[in-house]
Amino acid sequence: MQTMIEVEGLTKVFTLHNQGGIQLPVFSGIDFRARQRECTVLFGESGSGKSTLLRSLYANYLPTSGSIRVFHRGEMVELTGAPSQTLLDIRRETIGYVSQFLRVIPRVSTLDVVAQPLRERGVDQDRAHQCAGELLERLHIPERLWSLPPGTFSGGEQQRVNIARGFIVDYPILLLDEPTASLDQRNASVVVELIREARQRGSAIVGIFHDADVREAVADHIFEIDPTQKSESRAAS
Amino acid sequence: MSSSPIRAGYNFAYLDEQTKRMIRRALLKAVAIPGYQVPFGGREMPMPYGWGTGGMQVTAAVIGHDDCLKVIDQGADDTTNAVSIRAFFRDLTGVETTEQTEEATLIQTRHRIPEKPLREDQILIYQVPIPEPLRFIEPSEVETRKMHALEDYGVMHIKLYEDIAQFGHIATAYAYPVQVNGRFVMDPSPIPKFDNPKMDNSPALQLFGAGREKRIYAVPPYTDVRSLDFEDHPFEVQRWEASCAICGSEESFLDEVVMDDQGHHEFICSDTDYCRTRLAQQEESA
Amino acid sequence: MSTQPLLQVREITKLYAANKGCADVSFDLYPGEVLGIVGESGSGKSTLLSCLSARLAPDSGSIHYHNRAGESLDLYSLSESRQRQLQRTEWGIVHQHARDGLRMGVSGGANIGERLMATGERHYGNLRGTAEQWMSDVELDIDRIDDKPTTYSGGMQQRLQIARNLVTHPRLVFMDEPTGGLDVSVQARLLDLLRRLVTELNLAVVIVTHDLAVARLLAQRLIVMRRGEVVETGLTDQVLDDPQHAYTQLLVSSVLTP
Repeated sequence: MQTMIEVEGLTKVFTLHNQGGIQLPVFSGIDFRARQRECTVLFGESGSGKSTLLRSLYANYLPTSGSIRVFHRGEMVELTGAPSQTLLDIRRETIGYVSQFLRVIPRVSTLDVVAQPLRERGVDQDRAHQCAGELLERLHIPERLWSLPPGTFSGGEQQRVNIARGFIVDYPILLLDEPTASLDQRNASVVVELIREARQRGSAIVGIFHDADVREAVADHIFEIDPTQKSESRAAS
Repeated sequence: MSSSPIRAGYNFAYLDEQTKRMIRRALLKAVAIPGYQVPFGGREMPMPYGWGTGGMQVTAAVIGHDDCLKVIDQGADDTTNAVSIRAFFRDLTGVETTEQTEEATLIQTRHRIPEKPLREDQILIYQVPIPEPLRFIEPSEVETRKMHALEDYGVMHIKLYEDIAQFGHIATAYAYPVQVNGRFVMDPSPIPKFDNPKMDNSPALQLFGAGREKRIYAVPPYTDVRSLDFEDHPFEVQRWEASCAICGSEESFLDEVVMDDQGHHEFICSDTDYCRTRLAQQEESA
Repeated sequence: MSTQPLLQVREITKLYAANKGCADVSFDLYPGEVLGIVGESGSGKSTLLSCLSARLAPDSGSIHYHNRAGESLDLYSLSESRQRQLQRTEWGIVHQHARDGLRMGVSGGANIGERLMATGERHYGNLRGTAEQWMSDVELDIDRIDDKPTTYSGGMQQRLQIARNLVTHPRLVFMDEPTGGLDVSVQARLLDLLRRLVTELNLAVVIVTHDLAVARLLAQRLIVMRRGEVVETGLTDQVLDDPQHAYTQLLVSSVLTP
């Protein structure tokens, strides 16, 4: 299987300049790999740096040291120190990211929010809307809400809109930050299905799942982050 | 032609010789760059600004002993302004004056171009109140000069656009902007747009003087003068339903005149010399 | 991206005094990219924007613009007439105060048509049609086409200013605090409009703002300025979520969230 993400010696320390330069180490020396057609679950206590690691993989957080390389357009590309242009390209084509919270844009309809990643890739509006509609339907967002901006939706509904937006493009790498956190059983299982389908199509998936049932349903590997010791990867049971 | 003696203690044509030379240099530059506004050191004249000090300085700089001067105001030779300016130059140059367009070698004018076509041996001198055609939209002189230099004339059409948007047609009726020699946009002074076509390719030299603003500009003989317009709203001159109540002309520019306290009104030629000449011809042939 | 940068900025310096102005700024801007310049008042953002848009010659440094015809133009070696031509054809400049960017004395329609008239359009009917199309594109009531901008609200004036700039289909638009001074609800509508136009027209934008929320919504990349110097650059979400420089951290932590 093609290695999609290769992390070596990754260390992250937050420096708070405005509070006396206090240093907050999160993790250090992490080695990590994610392969095609596999789902890797990041596991660890609260505050162990799971989210920080995931955000680093998306170039949302800047590593203090170490290397993150991803498979982009047929070769491994280093994220650390890459020009913004390259990072934006990678985000457009290679890495999808579903955060815990939807960043709402005022006045943009739900259908457009979900369809946007496809539109950015040049898919025409009708086709993009059709794909968006299919996903929203699977995630049980009633059609009467599609034309509304999701700003006023409930937490669970916003979460599902966010998921639809993340899954609308077949990203070779998909990063999921607690996508099922505020979902009921029925919708959580739809997400599990979506993850399995994405994996089937060849995506490498890296995610954080608090829900043990979901975790067991999707994980091929568990990567345990232990900030005090060396983190390690093991196959899911 | 010969001139009679002038009032004692004054130089010929009021201005001193150095000033006339300075104005002539500005005129030469203006002729060399058709439509370009040349700054000049305007002098105080023995009359207020707005009465034609710019036109008078230009006339004073070019007038010679052999000239024959005609002065018109609103097309007429007999208004206060026309009579006074004519008297001024007769007094201070001794040259002949006339009311007939045909006889004149110099014509100082306000508001009109004579109906009778001008010749190569005639010079038309305009009195100009506001020389800058861009002033209505751009108050800064620095910026308007830059706009002329860069041929940045998009704003000129804004005025015409606004006319059409507001009135359905180009309602600007006088001081209608023209482009001279395909280059400088120029304000032709407050002549009616009826007269604009007469400026185009005219055999006569046309000089413009603005006294308060201290600017001189010119249109040399046989120069292209195009009135700005839109493709779908081409330039048009005024037309009247009526004809002149005195000479019956249907081609001249007509003034509306109230005849009595009952509000009766008639249209008559604004060019008094043109009207008189026609009338004389009609009486002759009758 | 394989395409050429639209704008190549190298070591631009324009200082009025020490730390007043901008110093040693370099970046590339690509077609369709939105670059945010953030920082507090007096940090040199607007000076930099003026330099970039050929309105203020820098003390040193160079700016190259890759024009529609494929030529690379050294901005400050162009004649002033070529600079102006660029500004009203391939570029747009949206000012913070609409009255700096509009002709307040003439109608909305004339404001939109001016650039077209300046580039040779001489058909009233076409000008009118284009003005109406743009009015509706920026969500202005077409019935207001013959009204002067003085009768428009602040938000409407700003939208008119945008229409006036976009009418020649520019490739690069400079914006100086386009949402500053507007009510929050009006701001949201304008931001949404800008976002839509930027995507639909594939505009490259350099936007100066002190509002980090505006920057996050519109810009893919950020330049953070302080006392005339660039202290941090990067992807917008990275700069805002994981700021590295003390000043950026202060800026981000000072934002009030309702």
